[in-house]
Order: sequence, then structure tokens, then C-alpha cells
Amino acid sequence: MSTDTKKVLFGPIINNNPITLQVLGVCSALAVSNSMANALVMSLAVMMVTAFSSMFISMIRNQIPSSVRIIVQMAIIASLVIVVDQVLQAFSYQLSKSLSVYVGLIITNCIVMGRAEAFAMKEKPLASFLDGIGNGLGYGAVLLTVATFRELFGFGRLFGIEILPLIQNDGWYQANGLLVLPFSSFFVIGLLIWAVRTKKPEQVEKD
Amino acid sequence: MSNSSKSKETFSRTVIFVFVICLICAALVSIAASSLKPLQKANKLLDQHTKILEAAGLSDVAAKNGVDATFEKFVMPKFIDLASGSFTTGDHAIYDERSDSRDVAKSSAVKDRGVGLRRRANKAVIYLVKNDQGHIDSAVLPIVGMGLWDIMYGYIGLEANLNTVKRVVYYELKETPGLGAEVQNPKWKALWKGKEMFDKNHNIAIEIVKGGMANCKTNKIYCVDALSGATLTSRGVNRTIHFWLGDEGYGPFIAKFGGKLNNGELN
Repeated sequence: MSTDTKKVLFGPIINNNPITLQVLGVCSALAVSNSMANALVMSLAVMMVTAFSSMFISMIRNQIPSSVRIIVQMAIIASLVIVVDQVLQAFSYQLSKSLSVYVGLIITNCIVMGRAEAFAMKEKPLASFLDGIGNGLGYGAVLLTVATFRELFGFGRLFGIEILPLIQNDGWYQANGLLVLPFSSFFVIGLLIWAVRTKKPEQVEKD
Repeated sequence: MSNSSKSKETFSRTVIFVFVICLICAALVSIAASSLKPLQKANKLLDQHTKILEAAGLSDVAAKNGVDATFEKFVMPKFIDLASGSFTTGDHAIYDERSDSRDVAKSSAVKDRGVGLRRRANKAVIYLVKNDQGHIDSAVLPIVGMGLWDIMYGYIGLEANLNTVKRVVYYELKETPGLGAEVQNPKWKALWKGKEMFDKNHNIAIEIVKGGMANCKTNKIYCVDALSGATLTSRGVNRTIHFWLGDEGYGPFIAKFGGKLNNGELN
């Protein structure tokens, strides 16, 4: 694998993470990070949509009239999101029920649109596809980290398996009710951004 | 760039381009939606059947013999007319309670505002569940009502006397995870088993009590401990059950058939 490909594919995990560096896609990261299963499926869905929409957009990038370019991108992204939603409903009904509207809201996830505009409109289809996968990985890494905290300390579980026995199930752990609520992700993501930027001071924005 | 971008920007070319993209996208979406429809329908039905069997206390049997086989063998969907409480006819395979409850011709206005519904359908599909001997063992009644955030959908499973509770199962809700959504916690669902809905004078007696069973004013058999941290959801469940057991819900049906579900007039 060439260094360029590596950079496109794995760069977005930490060095150029869409959530912690670019602070995009935070809305859904708040909403679906209360359980590992949800976070994993949501990450896969975002990864698929970003990868394929970037690839298709890149394939027709020289044909798109620039006056309607955003609309064309949206049409492609929206169609892919609907397809992903339909596939989820057909093959993973329980998860699609618990993700509810958030799969549909991938359409408005800034990461997808951002990659289409910033990368796919300039680069070749394969590179755009990999860039989509890479950004999906970066999104997924943050989502899963946040979900680990929230599910473990909010519900005493990981992937639905009880790790810390809850008081209401005759255990000893008093679940942290704050972590159950979506906005608690702000704290976790905030701490995560702090941690990453302490390790990599070059990510800190100048005043 | 300037030349090619100019030729890309003509009005007719833009319109044609967008039109073609839309056609391709529309085709993609329609193919996905229509080819996956049967699977999605089957999933939905399976989920519904699983919950009905759970409400009837047959989860273990279903886990052993498969949901479809168990449902087929033990469950009889029946239409009832809510106002009179009598059995009526209809095709349960295509019946949609939610669309009926919005149709003015097929629904009635709800007087009890507390439950969060404006109208309820005139008919309801209930599920009579047989035991191994073929006698009716329980009845599963769909319930709908407001929780804290949104309408919650569920089933009450009653024994054939239409008084003793088997299970209360919710299958669709938007309550807060860890708090209101704990109505789906198996521990809480188990609290309902064996409770009685009506007192000896046939008045609704079941009550969800806040702050532990010590606050139960009547008899422990009529009280269920509320969910801690979810007072409003518990209140919603209480109101929903009261509504559906009352005159606007299954009250007439229960008055007519309570304890008489096995007298043969069903078949």
C-alpha cells in the first residue's frame, strides 16, 4: 500500500478526524452513541454512504454543472441513504428500529457532504472511495469510543452484555443517568478532543 | 477549464444532466425498496408475533419451536367491535389500526384526554391464545397511549378470565433509555405477572404506585411498583391501561366475555 493511500485511508482516524479535528457530524454522534451495537451499525452505514457517494460523485465530477453541484451531490447521497435504510430494515430490523430516524439523517451528516465537496469533486473515483472509507473509520472510531463510555457507565453493559451488574438487577452498580442522555456525549467528545490535541498540539486552532 | 466549464453551464445541458441523475437515483431507490419489501414485511410481522407470544407468556415455547410455528398453532386473531364488545369480522392480515384510528368514518373521538389519543379505531384485533388442549388460555389486547415523549404501543396479556395479568409488553416507544424505556426491562415486566385488573365489584383496580409497594392503598394484587426515575412514563402506562380497560376501550368486551371465553360461541 503506498503512503498516499495509507494517508487517505487511515489519516482520518486520528490525524484528520472528521469529528475531533473538523468537528463535523457531531449531531448523530450525540444521538446514537448510547450503545455499542447502535454505534457500530451507524458507523458502518455512514462509511458505506460516504464511500459510495464520494465514488459516484467523483466518477461524474467533470460532468456536473457547478451551478447545481450541491443539488446533484445531495440527490446521490440521499438515494444511497435510503438504500442503506431499506437494507437495514430488511436485514437488521431490531437495530433499524433502535436507530430510527438517525439513519435517514445521515443525509444531513456534514461528513458525507464535506467529503464530497472537499475531496471527491477533485480526486479520482478509487481515491474518493478510500477517502470515504477512511472518514467512516474516523467517525466510527469516535462513535465507538463515546459509546464505550456511555454504555458501560450509563447502562453497565457493553454490546448488551452486562459488565457492571446494576442495582435494579440486584447488582451493585448505580448507573450514571447523565450518560444515558444524548447531551452527555458533548462531555465525552470534548474530553476526547482535549486528549487528542494534547497529544498532537498541531491540531490546536490558533486564536 | 474556462472552455469546458462554459459548455457545462448551458441551461439545457444542466436541465438534462439533473434529469438523468434524478432518473438514475429514482431507479436505484425504487429497486431497493421494492425488492426488499417482502423481507421487511416479514421482519415486522415476526417482531409483532414475538411480542404477542411474549404477552401471552409463550416466549419460551416460541424460542424452542420457532415464532411462526408457535403463533400459527396457538394464536387466533379476532376482530372485536369496541363499543359493543362483540366479535365482528375483518381481515386481520391487512388491518391497520393506525390508519383506521385516523379515519373519521372508522374511528371515534376519545373522551378521556389523559391518555394522549384524539381518536381510537372502532374495531380492534385481539389475539386469543389456546393452550395445548385447545382451550382458550389467554387473550392479548393491543394498547396505545402516551408516555413521556411520544405514543407507546404495546400489548396486555390477560388470562382467560380477562382479569389476571400475564404480561404487559411494549414494542414501540421513544422513552428515555435507562429511565422510561425500562418498561421493557424483563424485571419490570415480570412484576405484572399474576396482578389483577379488576376488583370484586368489576371496577378497574390496577394501579402503578410510586415509591414502593408500601404505598399501595388497596391490595398488593392490584398494585405494581412504578419505575424509579420514570414517574411520567409510569403515569402514562397507568393511564393507558386504565383507558383500554375502561368503557372506551375493552371494557364492554371484558364485561361480556370475562370468564366466558371458553363457552364455545367463538368457534
